[in-house]
Amino acid sequence: MKKAADHTKPKRYGMVIDLDKCTGCGACMVACFAENNIPFKKDESEKLLSITWMRVYKLSNKKKYPDTDICYLPRPCMHCEGHEGHSPCVSVCPATVTDYSTETGIVSQIYTRCFGCRYCMAACPYHARYFNWWDPVWPKGMEKMLSPDVSVRMRGVVEKCSFCYHRYQRAKDKAYVEGRTDVEEEEYQTACTQACPARAITFGDLNNPKHKVYELKQDPHAFRLLERLGTNPKVYYVSSREWVRKSGDNYLKHEEPGHIATKH
Amino acid sequence: MFPGFFEWIWDGGHMLFMGGLWYALGIIGLGLTYCIFKAAIETAQGDGEGHGHGDEHH
Amino acid sequence: MDSALIPKGVQRCSLGKFTLLIAVVGAVLLWGVYAMLLCWIKGLNQTNMNDYYGFALWIWADLAVIALGGGAFFTGFLKYIVGKDELKNIINYAVLIGFICYSSALLILAIDIGQPLRGWFIFWHANVHSMLTEVAFCLSCYFAVLTIEYIPLILENRQLNKVPFFHHLAHNMHGIMAVFAATGAFLSFFHQGSLGGVSGVLFGRPFGYREGVFVWPWTFFLFTWSAAAYGPSFTLMCTKILEKASGKQLVKDNVVDLLAKISGWMILTYIIAKIADTLYWALVTAPARGHTLMDFYSNNPVYGIWILVLEIVLGGIIPAIILVVPGTRRNGYLRMTAIILGVIGVSVNRWVMVLQVMAVPVMPFDFWAMYYPSWQEVATTILPVAYGIILIALSYRYLPIFPQEPELNPVD
Repeated sequence: MKKAADHTKPKRYGMVIDLDKCTGCGACMVACFAENNIPFKKDESEKLLSITWMRVYKLSNKKKYPDTDICYLPRPCMHCEGHEGHSPCVSVCPATVTDYSTETGIVSQIYTRCFGCRYCMAACPYHARYFNWWDPVWPKGMEKMLSPDVSVRMRGVVEKCSFCYHRYQRAKDKAYVEGRTDVEEEEYQTACTQACPARAITFGDLNNPKHKVYELKQDPHAFRLLERLGTNPKVYYVSSREWVRKSGDNYLKHEEPGHIATKH
Repeated sequence: MFPGFFEWIWDGGHMLFMGGLWYALGIIGLGLTYCIFKAAIETAQGDGEGHGHGDEHH
Repeated sequence: MDSALIPKGVQRCSLGKFTLLIAVVGAVLLWGVYAMLLCWIKGLNQTNMNDYYGFALWIWADLAVIALGGGAFFTGFLKYIVGKDELKNIINYAVLIGFICYSSALLILAIDIGQPLRGWFIFWHANVHSMLTEVAFCLSCYFAVLTIEYIPLILENRQLNKVPFFHHLAHNMHGIMAVFAATGAFLSFFHQGSLGGVSGVLFGRPFGYREGVFVWPWTFFLFTWSAAAYGPSFTLMCTKILEKASGKQLVKDNVVDLLAKISGWMILTYIIAKIADTLYWALVTAPARGHTLMDFYSNNPVYGIWILVLEIVLGGIIPAIILVVPGTRRNGYLRMTAIILGVIGVSVNRWVMVLQVMAVPVMPFDFWAMYYPSWQEVATTILPVAYGIILIALSYRYLPIFPQEPELNPVD
């Protein structure tokens, strides 16, 4: 498998999310639930126990009318690269359950190997990792609607956004059958990207100049969440509003975003 | 845990970690084996009251 | 009725009274076992942990008992390696407490993991770069060492010691105990440190993250140091509790004084290092990530700056001074106050390094998450305490734990 991958240039799949376009409709969250067999409970009012691989946060500039402004921020797993693949969660997992792929830049999770120590959850500052506090219970008949490409998770293990990795596998299979070695941009798109009615989410290979994300990430208004921590995430956000960009990281009173040197 | 297992990589971290681990396990194992064998031999030799009790103990 | 099992030259309460004690504590133990079974059968939804609190009361309890159980390795190190021979009069009890603490820690870990039947994956699929892997390996190995240190004590029971093989085995194990003690000190250095590293390496969590040397953050060394400093204090506290419970002096004053003095100096040096670490973190590490010190201690209902004062001043500086100054150390009341403050101090440190790390929001638009444990978590945390009391009671009754007891309490 390694040898086959050597033929192609390493990829760094990532996202660019235009926060000025996001309406907070939540279609990305719903699409993610359906695509990835995400379990849910009858009562989902306690959000700290809800599994939402893609979660839309509501940000506010905390100003009074007429200056009040809000912003919706979709937050998938950031698939942090850290320093040479030393992402916060990958380095701490004691059983090598989670891995940073140098071929795709995707942080994976082997559910059947996870024994539920939750150290990775403690390590993730984005709260992108979720624990299965219960076994999944599907409404009657719904188990027939589950995606056969994504394994359902059992109680006691951690799960998170995989950038719909099964779609990448499917696209690779298709390319192989057609005698190609590479996957085209449109052949591998995440469910949330395709579901977004405002087209706020763009997905692709950040290393590939032919992919839209390559250019979008270089927007002067592009930023990443908590860059100063050195997590080196692969999800970029774009917003023309300064307060939104400033909400992406922590700053001391005298500091201005954009003037802080980050490690990556 | 053992070389040859799935995903085993012989890097510096592994050598240090596993070296320390097997060194400690080796000492514990050898020490215990020594005690048990010596006790078995002494028992077989009937050296029941050969040494004072409580002097060097504790 | 059980007098044949009780060590020679000492007096114990009646079997009826003893049984009553065991029954009362045993009831608490069963309550804990019931909660433990609930967690195993129904899962971790029995707890109040959530996706913001992946680590909570149990991990705190784990870190705290391992720090407090540090008395075993450090007293062993002082007795067998440094050569402080007087400590032979308290080493058995230190080993017993260490054994209880470490077995409890392993039990709590077995309850804490989401898939207990896969617990062995941590050994099988070991990621040697994870602090938790090092903790698991060293903890298990050191528990084996503690068991080896505890076995000869059991074999010294009056009846068991009549069996020639057991008698020889106990003698031989005592003979090479220095080797085991040295191995224990080596393992303890690493697992105590790795427990400190658990939060220290979390570069995504500015409250816990620390710089360091090579792969080890400063918390690695601080945790080892604090366990060696406060562990002996906990041993002394447990000795005092047992002396109160039995109504007898069990260890001579000079031994208590020596261990208290060593603990005091260790706490003093530790707290200086801890203050230096806190200053560097508050002035350099956290600001480099956009945080001020007060970001971590404000805008929430619980974690105020008082917790830092409690940990460093009340739980560090004050006990260190009391235990280092001979006049105050020799005052029994002040000594015990210092020891209790120290035990609280190290427990608060472990709480902060687990729970507060989880509570502090990192994303600017996130919030402080608060947590209180469920009864199942409380019961399973009390379970090891009940188990510890029972094991101490049984060991004290039937094993020669305190060599000075017959001399201090002659039987007519």
